Amino acid sequence: MNMAIRVYLLLFIVLSYSYTAFSLYEDQVGLMDWHQQYIGKVKHAVFHTHKAARKRVVVSTEENVVSSLDLRHGEIFWRHVLAPSDVIDQIDIALGKYVITLSSGGSILRAWNLPDGQMVWESTLLGPKASKPLLLVPANFKIDRENVMFVYGSGFIHAISSIDGEVIWKKELASEGINIQQLIYSDGSDTISAVGFVGTHRFGAYILDVKSGERLKYMSMEFTGGFSGDLSLVTDDTAVAIDSIGTSLVTIQFHDGLISFHQTPLSHLIQDFRRAAVISPSNIPGAFILDTDNSVTLIKVISRGELKVVEELGHATAVSDALFLPGGQQAFALVQHRDGKILLTVKLDSDDGTSNLLEETIHLDNQRGKVQKVFINTYVRVDRSNGFRVLIVMEDDSLFLLQQGEIVWSREDGLASIVDVKPVELPVEKDGVSVAKVENNLFEWLKGHLLKLKGTLMIATPDDVAAIQKMRLQSSGKSKMTRDRNGFRKLLIVLTRAGKLFALHTGDGRIVWSRLLRTLRKSETCQSPRGISLHQWQDPHHHALDQNPFVLIVGRCGDSLDSAGLLSIVDAYTGEERNHMEPVHSIVHIIPLSFTDSLEQRLHLLLDANRRAHLYPRTAEALDIFRRESGNIYWYSAETEEGTLRGHSVYKNCVLEEADNFCFDSRDLWSIVFPSESEKIAATATRSLNEVVHTQAKVTADQEVMYKYVSKNLLFLATVAPKAVGPIGSVTPDESSLIAYLIDTVTGRILHRVTHHGSVGPVHAICGIINYCDIQENKDVLKLVLGTHNLTSPITAYSRPEVSTKSQSYFFAHSLKTMAVTLTAKGITSKQVLLGTIGDQVLALDKRFLDPRRTVNPTQVEKEEGIIPLTDSLPIIPQSYVTHALKVEGLRGIVTVPAKLESTTLVFAYGTDLFFTRLAPSRTYDSLTEDFSYALLLITIGSLVVAIFVTWVWSEKKELQEKWR
Amino acid sequence: MATTTIAQILSCFFLLNIVLQLATTSFAFQSDELLVDDDEFGLEGGRLPDPPPETRPATSTRRRSAESGSDLDSKIQFQLEHAFGDSDFSPAGTFTARLKKWPNGGQTLTKLRFSRNALSQTDKENFKRLIEGDDFYQIRLPSNLLNQLGREHVISSVKARCLSQRDALDEHFVINMDGVNVLGVNYGPPGSCQYPRVSRPPTKWSFNSHTLLKYSNEVLRTPVFTEAVLGENGEGEELKPPERSFWAKYWMYLIPLGLIVMNAMTQAMNLPEEQGTGQPGSQGPQAISGRGQAPAVAVGIGLMDQRISAIEEEMHYQVSPNFLFSSSFRNIDQSKLF
Repeated sequence: MNMAIRVYLLLFIVLSYSYTAFSLYEDQVGLMDWHQQYIGKVKHAVFHTHKAARKRVVVSTEENVVSSLDLRHGEIFWRHVLAPSDVIDQIDIALGKYVITLSSGGSILRAWNLPDGQMVWESTLLGPKASKPLLLVPANFKIDRENVMFVYGSGFIHAISSIDGEVIWKKELASEGINIQQLIYSDGSDTISAVGFVGTHRFGAYILDVKSGERLKYMSMEFTGGFSGDLSLVTDDTAVAIDSIGTSLVTIQFHDGLISFHQTPLSHLIQDFRRAAVISPSNIPGAFILDTDNSVTLIKVISRGELKVVEELGHATAVSDALFLPGGQQAFALVQHRDGKILLTVKLDSDDGTSNLLEETIHLDNQRGKVQKVFINTYVRVDRSNGFRVLIVMEDDSLFLLQQGEIVWSREDGLASIVDVKPVELPVEKDGVSVAKVENNLFEWLKGHLLKLKGTLMIATPDDVAAIQKMRLQSSGKSKMTRDRNGFRKLLIVLTRAGKLFALHTGDGRIVWSRLLRTLRKSETCQSPRGISLHQWQDPHHHALDQNPFVLIVGRCGDSLDSAGLLSIVDAYTGEERNHMEPVHSIVHIIPLSFTDSLEQRLHLLLDANRRAHLYPRTAEALDIFRRESGNIYWYSAETEEGTLRGHSVYKNCVLEEADNFCFDSRDLWSIVFPSESEKIAATATRSLNEVVHTQAKVTADQEVMYKYVSKNLLFLATVAPKAVGPIGSVTPDESSLIAYLIDTVTGRILHRVTHHGSVGPVHAICGIINYCDIQENKDVLKLVLGTHNLTSPITAYSRPEVSTKSQSYFFAHSLKTMAVTLTAKGITSKQVLLGTIGDQVLALDKRFLDPRRTVNPTQVEKEEGIIPLTDSLPIIPQSYVTHALKVEGLRGIVTVPAKLESTTLVFAYGTDLFFTRLAPSRTYDSLTEDFSYALLLITIGSLVVAIFVTWVWSEKKELQEKWR
Repeated sequence: MATTTIAQILSCFFLLNIVLQLATTSFAFQSDELLVDDDEFGLEGGRLPDPPPETRPATSTRRRSAESGSDLDSKIQFQLEHAFGDSDFSPAGTFTARLKKWPNGGQTLTKLRFSRNALSQTDKENFKRLIEGDDFYQIRLPSNLLNQLGREHVISSVKARCLSQRDALDEHFVINMDGVNVLGVNYGPPGSCQYPRVSRPPTKWSFNSHTLLKYSNEVLRTPVFTEAVLGENGEGEELKPPERSFWAKYWMYLIPLGLIVMNAMTQAMNLPEEQGTGQPGSQGPQAISGRGQAPAVAVGIGLMDQRISAIEEEMHYQVSPNFLFSSSFRNIDQSKLF
């Protein structure tokens, strides 16, 4: 009787609590997402420590970031990421309050407010030709009571006001074909000089009036030996260079309109000098540092251009610029490596030789490589003596501040330049190994739930709220090192440009291990190694569970495709390098095959520049598997330069000098030639290999069957008119077009070809979903078009399918940087397209918006199927920003990883920043939310049971009374 | 009269039956024809495909009656070359076509014809070898028809056994064109390649060739003018917000109502058992406040107000979670429902 109602009510209460949210609530930020900010490898650093204000260091980096860091903790005060084309050349501080950046090859000068990073002014300095950009900020030089700085760029020298960036005067210096290398201004003088080389054999110098820019004098002189490399300035009127054959040093003195050369053979200065020497670009007045392959030497210029070796510095790896100390002396820092430790020496340079001011050894972990750069700064100690702090940049791009022989702070800025990401499962929880420490204390657990209950009933005090938030953050062991039931905890193996491998935990983003790969370090055989990609080498999940997973790291010696390849296999749990091969044949492309051997090592086919295919792993078993399947292995190659697409298959073993069973020749099976005058390949996309499709066929409203993928071998290719390859805006829409192809990669059949007029690149494509820029003629607005192609009817490789396609294009109000699709474990959950917008955010767009079957007025049946009425543009719903209020600066890629829980997918977006979150495109229909209050549920059930009994007793009593009445 | 009508009906029925039977048999026959499609799906044991009618091209082949071209300069000829396995390419046939110039400067090919050279003895040997080795037979065409030496060729290959599935050799070309450029050529048998694999050399060494020229299509955007759509609906939208369903609007009232009705029903069901001999005539307000709520169901909403007061009185001894709902129900529903 009443029981039914009560059960109903109870259900109602439970349902009302299990309500899940569409988007995030404010207090849920940081629960399942993390965001890390980086700046990249530091190129320049300027300290700002004079004033009593917060001590800071301003840096510019290879990731094109200008940032102000807290000198005490290494935190970012402010940061600006400039566009990739706007490379920062120089930075400095002017007037003690502005950070000056010179960028874009000396054509853009900006001033940023030092405390908060607001841009104060910007000047564009245009000139006829590119030249070495130079920035000179004199400490206190004024024209008409305005502080002035000098900028050389694009062949012009500019005197610019520090206050507002106005050009006071400018003068062309490139007319004589001089390549200006240095600007020289000594305090208090009336002239500024610009020196450089004319061609390779002539030295030239301009003397200009500092107030008006008037050219006072131009002098030049030829040196028969010629020059090589850069000019290094020693004093205001002396410079040093190396001659063209690299055997002697040339001291150039230019004084009072006279130029004199003085040549000193290097073999006189340095014992057993063999190979080329380089003048390291450190700025130590009166002296310079010569870097030869076996030693570093400090050399002083004494009168009349004579050179004198002051000190052999041994195997120093980095030397800082000179620092002027209050007493008129100067000091510089020198870093050496000794027995796995870092030896920091600060040397005092005075007229009578050098002396060590400071000598410290610092222990750094051995996965950092060598020191690349040193920046020195001084401070006054408690005892009024000079103290020194240095900022060092390591080989793995990390940044350290050292002071008093200790590491004050460090930053892992290598993570700002991620090349590739691979997810790896964590180990399975074993008996006896850290079993759920979180749930071990029942009392704690109950207390936690009581707190949550209080929060839910809104009777929690602020302290309680804080406690709840803290508990949530460290809740449920999300940072444990074992696999969880839902598959949320994983390791992200990340390869950075510096050749360092990191393992990040998806729970909180911490670094589990990191390793500077031996293979990807500079060596005799490989001068400029570069990591290209990561591949799953061994991913045991069935019969080899006791094995750790391994990843394959592929690299290349140099930038060209035919340079030698590097391979390394690394344990994903410990970071141990199990195996490395270097340098091997060139590597153009890596094909992970769908076969694994008995150890679950995946077979990989590596294609080299000579169109040979190399099989890895090199075992007899793998060869056996490959031989059996080689008749069914096809691949394609797109040659963008030639405009051809070719299909290949395995042919027979290579004919080489030494027999190699694992090397196969390939042969062309088909080719498609795009007309070079009207088409250029802009993008290709295939379906991702690890995508799981749950329902292959879909029955549409009108009882037709649509197939998800016609074939696994489908290639989407887009070509644009050759003119439209350049950046947006380089062509008018009339003269550009985009042609989309669907090609079967086994037979080379063009299944579909369609032309979109008025579209331009860049094209981003993900399988089935294409996306390209479109300029609308009348509005002159950049917009993006997205469309999908759905194909019906399946094919066998050699049948001629009648493909029916449906396509639809939409406008999208943002430009895109990158695209990805959410992946789930079984492919049941509907998909979302993740769009990396130009504003460095990630927007999740439901795939239904991209359905090509959308019509203006969908019929009732179509509406039931979930087809949205057609609109011209795609909606941007502010709540669907995956990154909510955050920005992933310099966004370059989005990786999606399916979790074990079907509804959920893990998203990792990387750029200069890293961002990780969990997404549930159709909401978490298969689990309760993490903060679901079990205690509340239990208490409700308990109290209801009590209430039922009480009322039952009451009603019995009452009935008895009635009966007695 | 009645008998004739019955006879008529019977005969009609009989006729209908025959017609239906015929229809079903003819339907069965049609479904048999659909096996061609099964072949396309690559089913095992499917019978050899007839060349599907739609692939027999209008611009097709083998008609040697060369029409005397009105403007000879627009006639174009290009060669098909073939290779056996890894041998070099050698001429295998000639395509002739007419180059049509459009007023907008575009050029397209029409009236494509193809004549294949007879296979030489070595070709036949090579072909047999290909079938035995299950190797590829390759063909190629120049990629630019006006400048045939200039750029490379487009290649296509097919396993030789796929061509010789019947007595003679069957081949099918789909040439994807863009102006005078050949983008790619799809080469293969007219139907699908047989599975399981049968490798036998043809008995008749002649090719049945089918050719098809394919030009791409352009996207025509369905112009949806958002402004126009907004203009039509925009004013209307401002006036009346989208209508929600009745359930969406009033669910919070309907649920308690449902609860109360359920409560009442259970009570009513209990009543007859206890009050088997109760007189319905003696119902007054007192009776209701007593215990029987049976009439509440019968009288319906009109009496509901009174019933609520009854429940409130009951509250003294019956703690029910319905209480909250029922009071709220009374406050609002009077205005909405009555």
